[in-house]
Amino acid sequence: MRLRERTIELLNLGVVGMLTAIGFASVYIARSSEISAGSLSYAGFFLLLYAIAHVIARITVPHADPYLLPMAALLTAIGLTEIYRLGPTDAFRQGLWIVIAVAVFAFTLYVLRHDYRVLESYKYLFGLGAVFLLVLPALPGIGTTVNGARLWIHAGPIQFQPGELAKLALIVFLAGYLREKREVIAQLRLKDLGPLLVIWGAAMLVLVETNDIGMGVLYFGVALAMVYVATGRWLYIAIGFVMFVVGSAGVYEISAHVRARIEVWLNAYKYSNTYGYQIVQSRYSIGHGGFGGTGLGKGIFTAPGSTHTLIPYLNTDFIYSALAQELGLVGASALLLVYMVFAARGFRIALITDDGFSKLLAAGLTFTFALQAFIIVGGIVGLIPLTGITLPFVSYGGSSVVANFVLLAGLMLVSNRANADRVGT
Amino acid sequence: MPMNRQITRLAVAAIVLIASLIVATTYWQTWAAGSLAARQDNALVRVAQFTVDRGRIYAGDGTFLLATNVKKKVGGQTYYFRTYPSGNLAPHVVGYSTQSRSRAGLESSQNDYLTGANGSLTSVTQRELNQLAGITVQGNDLLLALNVKAQRTAVQQLAGKCGAAVAIEPSTGRVLVLASSPTYNPNAVEKSFASITKAGTSACSFAAPLLDRATQGLYPPGSTFKVVTATAALDTNAFTPNSTFNDPGYCTEYGKQVSNAGNPDQTGPESFGNVTLAQGLQHSINSVFCNVGKKIGAGTILDYAKKFGFYAQPDVELPADAQTPSGLYQNHKLYDPRNPDAQVDPGRLAFGQERMLVTPLQMAMVAATVANDGVLMRPHLIDEVRAPNGNVVARVGPHVVRRVMSSQTAQEVKAMMISVMTGGTGTSDQIPGLQVAGKTGTAETGVNKHYDTWFIAFAPADAPKVAVAVALENQTGFGATTAGPIAKALLEAILR
Repeated sequence: MRLRERTIELLNLGVVGMLTAIGFASVYIARSSEISAGSLSYAGFFLLLYAIAHVIARITVPHADPYLLPMAALLTAIGLTEIYRLGPTDAFRQGLWIVIAVAVFAFTLYVLRHDYRVLESYKYLFGLGAVFLLVLPALPGIGTTVNGARLWIHAGPIQFQPGELAKLALIVFLAGYLREKREVIAQLRLKDLGPLLVIWGAAMLVLVETNDIGMGVLYFGVALAMVYVATGRWLYIAIGFVMFVVGSAGVYEISAHVRARIEVWLNAYKYSNTYGYQIVQSRYSIGHGGFGGTGLGKGIFTAPGSTHTLIPYLNTDFIYSALAQELGLVGASALLLVYMVFAARGFRIALITDDGFSKLLAAGLTFTFALQAFIIVGGIVGLIPLTGITLPFVSYGGSSVVANFVLLAGLMLVSNRANADRVGT
Repeated sequence: MPMNRQITRLAVAAIVLIASLIVATTYWQTWAAGSLAARQDNALVRVAQFTVDRGRIYAGDGTFLLATNVKKKVGGQTYYFRTYPSGNLAPHVVGYSTQSRSRAGLESSQNDYLTGANGSLTSVTQRELNQLAGITVQGNDLLLALNVKAQRTAVQQLAGKCGAAVAIEPSTGRVLVLASSPTYNPNAVEKSFASITKAGTSACSFAAPLLDRATQGLYPPGSTFKVVTATAALDTNAFTPNSTFNDPGYCTEYGKQVSNAGNPDQTGPESFGNVTLAQGLQHSINSVFCNVGKKIGAGTILDYAKKFGFYAQPDVELPADAQTPSGLYQNHKLYDPRNPDAQVDPGRLAFGQERMLVTPLQMAMVAATVANDGVLMRPHLIDEVRAPNGNVVARVGPHVVRRVMSSQTAQEVKAMMISVMTGGTGTSDQIPGLQVAGKTGTAETGVNKHYDTWFIAFAPADAPKVAVAVALENQTGFGATTAGPIAKALLEAILR
């Protein structure tokens, strides 16, 4: 008997629930003197939350891919466990953000349950929205600078990073725009390079304005990838890449922030007491984990008696270094494999769906997810210069979690439709 | 379907990107993990080592505690912080292990033993398993050869002075005393390091208590170097103890007179007339050794010095950067002339001036070699390394470095050194009822009437149990009256 999608999803969520319980239990056992047994309720709460998400998926997208939600649950569980281990207060806030994110996820599924393709008609609205969101932090009065990058907005007590949502709006716009113009653009006429130039200019502007290199690279990479998918022209990627290198060289000249990042990437130890401190200490953290890791709750992140972590921004940008120390090569590789499988499932959706908008949407969303993981982890392990960006679903940070749940909702909507067409309902 | 080819390629690209992350992580966690852990600024590994119940350091057959731990629970983690119950007794040997200043001394060089990181695959596996199981890792204990009573005597005798004292068991190379003054309290390193580095004394211009003058202090050896020259003279058969010399009070080198006058070690008249080589050593006559040097040449003297261990690290268990080789120094660098007979003044080298600089440890090795019938033993501080369960992990036994001179030469040099004590420059330092062989040294420092003074000795002369070297900086008295009494006190503390 063939299992129905949602049954498979439920079984997988059960496994994730068990893993979450084990994770929290290990943290509790290792650090029982610090934290109370009440913390174990996190696992129960977590299970309940995902049970609700599952029920909503069952109602709204019954045929959606059954592995995406459990993988997102697993990633948030790993992240929450580690954030909890690093500081229970942050974990409580992250827990709240996950609740909000699941609510937004449910809302997105519910609103778009009949046909998400209506989004295509609003593509220019999404494009403008993306620009608006990107410019927001640069406006005086609302924007705040954190760690050298201006990418936050303040609204009362709530801090939000609009760039995370802007990336989704941008993908919707590109999917709609490229679906319509792909034949024309593919002819490689000079005047059709216009939009590409606009995208490039915008990415560079964002890069310079906000000093947020990570997001800049992400937008640009995703835009290029989607143009390639739409047109099948390598030349666009080549031109785009050259333009990016030239642009980056220019930014390197004018931005001390960017220059420091690149010099640290080339020779971290030389700057180990200044800009390179974070990356060097993070490397030590990863190396200390070794093959098997220290075990959850037993890694070393602070000096004795100190509450400051040796690595700044440990639970956001650098959460991978913390996980790699406590879970070791085994755990870190497993984590990366989850990203890989998630990406594979996402691209599978793009392959099986039959209309251009859906294909571009699914491919764009999936590639964003994979590229974002690559940009931050690649920066930490030294493959590329380090840029502060969150690890999807795992890092501490509300905007990121909410945006990634919307991304998940998008992929599930596309796959629901594609699978429903295939079963013929 | 349209676009599927591109989507497939993009998927492959994304998967390759993520796979490259796994490869890079594998590199850091396996291949590079060791070198990352070894880096000096790795605060994490330093902190991690405080979670290890670090091995103790003992002296006196495991009865006297030099270093132990205080257990503290901080933020849910148990840490073991170091404390040194014996305070300033032997900080230059034991060193320190702190968070703020990292490590020094045996705490640094023996870190692997002390943290239990040494050893076979099974012990390392066991350690990993213990770590996973949450069992505290226990380090191995060190048992030192130090003689606590004599070490204490050395510290007391050196107090207020700048200098060092070393005592070695000649037949085994066991280091019984290794004291440097001014000393410091290693317990103060973590919290008030400045109180150590800024400490001053009137005894010498740079107090530098952290400097181990016994292994890193470089002093002109003065007349104690005549033991090396005498060894070279006799062992090459160029001279015998009875070879005769005429001492007019000077020796002629390069057409100029090198005068005996100003050799504060010399006993008797300014010029001795006809003397033997043996009497030359007994009364520390510079002109005799100047002539020996001219005859055998600087090259031969340096060859013998090298056999005694000059120009090499003594290889005690201290960190390599805490052991300075002895030898000729030029511009603060060890100078090994290619053609010593042309580049080095043999006459002045023969009585321990020229550019020769030595450590007290090296001169103790010279005395110990003569005492041990001409065979140099490798000096060692550690007797045993013991596991927490009492099993011996490693035992440091006697290790022959080389035979420096023939047995006959050793006997002849010994006899000459005995005569120093019975009727020569060391007469004032005799010990009733104990036959001592010794040699004094009073080296010019460039400042008028201020000397670096020396005494090297071993006893009992017929069956030596201990060899000592004492060096003092910036003295107005001579070797026999300044360093001599300290050497005497050490011999008595060990032998009585």
